[in-house]
Amino acid sequence: MKKQNNKKKKENVPEIFSKNVEGSYAILKNKTVGIAGCGGLGSNIAVALTRSGIGNLILVDYDIIEPSNLNRQYYFQKDIGELKALALANILKEINPDVNLEVHIQELKPKDVSKIFKNVDILMEAFDKAESKKWLIDTWCQKFPDKPIICGSGMSGIGKTDMLKVNTSGNLIVCGDQFSTLKEGLSAARVAIVANMQANEAVNLLINK
Amino acid sequence: MVIVNQRDKIEWKEGMTVTDLFKIMGFDYALITVMINGKYIPEEDYDFTEIKDGDDVRAYHLAHGG
Repeated sequence: MKKQNNKKKKENVPEIFSKNVEGSYAILKNKTVGIAGCGGLGSNIAVALTRSGIGNLILVDYDIIEPSNLNRQYYFQKDIGELKALALANILKEINPDVNLEVHIQELKPKDVSKIFKNVDILMEAFDKAESKKWLIDTWCQKFPDKPIICGSGMSGIGKTDMLKVNTSGNLIVCGDQFSTLKEGLSAARVAIVANMQANEAVNLLINK
Repeated sequence: MVIVNQRDKIEWKEGMTVTDLFKIMGFDYALITVMINGKYIPEEDYDFTEIKDGDDVRAYHLAHGG
């Protein structure tokens, strides 16, 4: 009788993902996530997802990096004056050269949502204005009721870490405190916490659903 | 009883709509997204969508920042 090999067959994981959760890379490399906005939320979300081993990202933003963005957005001095979506694409490729990126330099409008994001597994809302967050959620929930959208709402100020929550209802997931206002100012840690809450929820959904 | 945002317990009334509930809660719904039992409710349906006894209503406030 042939001796049975009890050793688990090792999955073919690139070294940069060798410390990731076992089995996650095999799933995530085939997934696609859309990111609407490449500012404080979107840039940090994209970096976290790329480090998690997501295979495909669709980035949409029309804006240019300004010095005032560097307090919380994942950009550097050399990026000032560059388009956010392109600078972010370069950063993501520096992390994982094999990540597939589709970059759209444009101001996203409701009419573009279906065309650009129709093939994503999850959409990440990463806008700054509340009105934009609302129309994106409204559009997504009506066009793609069976696909999750993960939003950030309320991340201004400092401290109050325990007020940052994940609230899920159906395919809508809202991360943040839902009440802090821009008058409080925006700080790197609190914005990045919410961005990473969004990314964490996305990875969890993609692996466990 | 209607549970709003997993926290507030509101007395249910026959024929109660989303708009009625917002009046009771004192919500200004300019920047709110509503889900009932995990289903998205469009703003244009707030006046017509009846809430059932025991429904799980979520009113998400969308705050600026990102």
